[in-house]
Amino acid sequence: MENGLVIETKKLVKKFPVGKGEFIALNGIDLKIGKGEFAGLIGPSGSGKTTLLNIIGSLDMPSSGEAVVLDRPVSTLSSREAASLRKESIGFIFQSYNLLAVHTVFENVEFPLLLLNYNSADRRKMVNDALSWVGLSDKTRSKPPQLSGGECQRVAIARAMVKKPSLVLADEPTANLDAANSHNILTTMETLNRELGTTFLFATHDEKVISYLKRKIFLVDGRIDRDEVKQNQNGEK
Amino acid sequence: MRLAIKLAIRNLIGAGLRTWLNVIVLSFSFVVIIWIKGVMAGWDHQAKKDMSDFEIGSGQYWHSGYDPYDPFSLLDNHAPVPEGFRAGVAEGSIEPELIVQGTLYPGGRLQSVIIRGIDPDQKILKIPTGKLDAATDAIPAVIGSIMAKNLKASAGDRIMLRWRDAHGTFDATDIVIEGIFSSNVPSAEAGQIYIPLERLRKMMSMPGEATLFTFSSSFSPETAPEGWVLRTRKELTSSIDEMIKMKSTGQSILYGVLLLLAMLAIFDTQVLSIFRRQKEIGTYIALGYTRHQVVGLFTVEGTMYAVLAAILSAAYGLPFLTWQARAGWSIPIDTSEFGIAMAKTLYPVYSAGLVVTTVLAVMIVTAVVSYWPSRRIAKMSPTDALRGKLQ
Repeated sequence: MENGLVIETKKLVKKFPVGKGEFIALNGIDLKIGKGEFAGLIGPSGSGKTTLLNIIGSLDMPSSGEAVVLDRPVSTLSSREAASLRKESIGFIFQSYNLLAVHTVFENVEFPLLLLNYNSADRRKMVNDALSWVGLSDKTRSKPPQLSGGECQRVAIARAMVKKPSLVLADEPTANLDAANSHNILTTMETLNRELGTTFLFATHDEKVISYLKRKIFLVDGRIDRDEVKQNQNGEK
Repeated sequence: MRLAIKLAIRNLIGAGLRTWLNVIVLSFSFVVIIWIKGVMAGWDHQAKKDMSDFEIGSGQYWHSGYDPYDPFSLLDNHAPVPEGFRAGVAEGSIEPELIVQGTLYPGGRLQSVIIRGIDPDQKILKIPTGKLDAATDAIPAVIGSIMAKNLKASAGDRIMLRWRDAHGTFDATDIVIEGIFSSNVPSAEAGQIYIPLERLRKMMSMPGEATLFTFSSSFSPETAPEGWVLRTRKELTSSIDEMIKMKSTGQSILYGVLLLLAMLAIFDTQVLSIFRRQKEIGTYIALGYTRHQVVGLFTVEGTMYAVLAAILSAAYGLPFLTWQARAGWSIPIDTSEFGIAMAKTLYPVYSAGLVVTTVLAVMIVTAVVSYWPSRRIAKMSPTDALRGKLQ
């Protein structure tokens, strides 16, 4: 990251065909997110936050403009290069966890390391570390259907964090959780952000999440409406 | 590839009953295909062996005009033993046979027969010609069990035989059935009686003559003498090859249907998997797989059914197939009327080639059937897949 930026978007536009016309999901987004930020895209449904998250995660391509993620312009990446970017540097956390149901907790968390060709001993250590971060060291052999929603999301966090990525993208991570579990999850992520220096970018409209964010980027109809940075107790941003 | 195999195994084991149902159906196909092909190979082996043992030895020399399907030609198509065969005949590595037409009158009925004059001391064919040495006032004869059934004759029975000699004179005398043999070779039994060669030569006024020569494996076939044609074992058993080929085609339809059922199950599972596992597909892509790698994963997963089925087949198929090779398969109907060399019990023969070919063929077909529906993944939008949105 030459300029300390993890994400930079310039006049980012994303349009979807709807019938004979088109729907503009993102309309000229200019955004810069630096290393170690704990930021969130906030807005109602249809405001474009998931679309922006998908483009930043190189799962989707912009219609025009550019998104540079970890110094790599997303629109110029081939399918293989985009997969490589996600594999090496980005962790995803989804609203509905997206765990592999037939795999155990250990195997789910191990999956990104298998893609990165870590050896067995390293994988075991890294998976155990990740599970201890989220407090699930005793559930390694359980399968997702045997876990509660909060536990599933903690497995998803461990899976996203196990390879110590530069960037974690979390799409509505607490939408299916109760208040206690939500706070638990958010505290875990906040700790990981602080201790590992990982950049977190959320897409959310959940007040519980918003209260934890250090930077709040409000989206309305595909545009950035306002961008607020939380001040600490010393009044510093 | 190693990762895909590892993940495929995890996914298949995790899928539980669905996996095992497919594996069981496919393994059933493996075992049945190998068994059916083994039975056909066993039949081929048995039929050729029986033909060699009871009819053709390691090959024959035929008089150039001899046509086994034209009895009227028999009277004219014989010749003295060629000079080149005499040493072989003396040492027993090549045996002459004189073949003529005649008529039997069993119980007042009339039946046309082929009279085969054969040396009672011959060792090439397994026909019990030693019984032709019996001292009797009638002509000693040996017949096959099919012939005995048709004549309603048993050992010791006397039946009148009429023939027409080389001068066109009809004559008749009794034959006595000295022995009945069973060969599984209808052409060596049906309508055939075997009597001593010298006796037939005398009856026919054809001293030292023969219609064909049957040689053993110790005889080295050379260019046929003038007026004689070499018929190799391969030529003489070609009718069996044709028959097996024809039967195999019929059997192919059966195991084609079996394989089709197994493939339908796998195809169906793959289509359902891709439909039901869209979120999982999206997750693989989000975690760093390319879409083509996911296609590869699903193809490997489908192909693994064949691998697991091969393992399962080995578990229960090996004991079954080994038992069948020992105990044989008893054909539930009388095969003697089929007109083809077929034993009452067929012993399947399994070659390594048969097993390897079958396993490879099933695996290739399974891989294609798995790949076919998986290609859809390459066209999926990862973001829609992640949301589980139907595509």
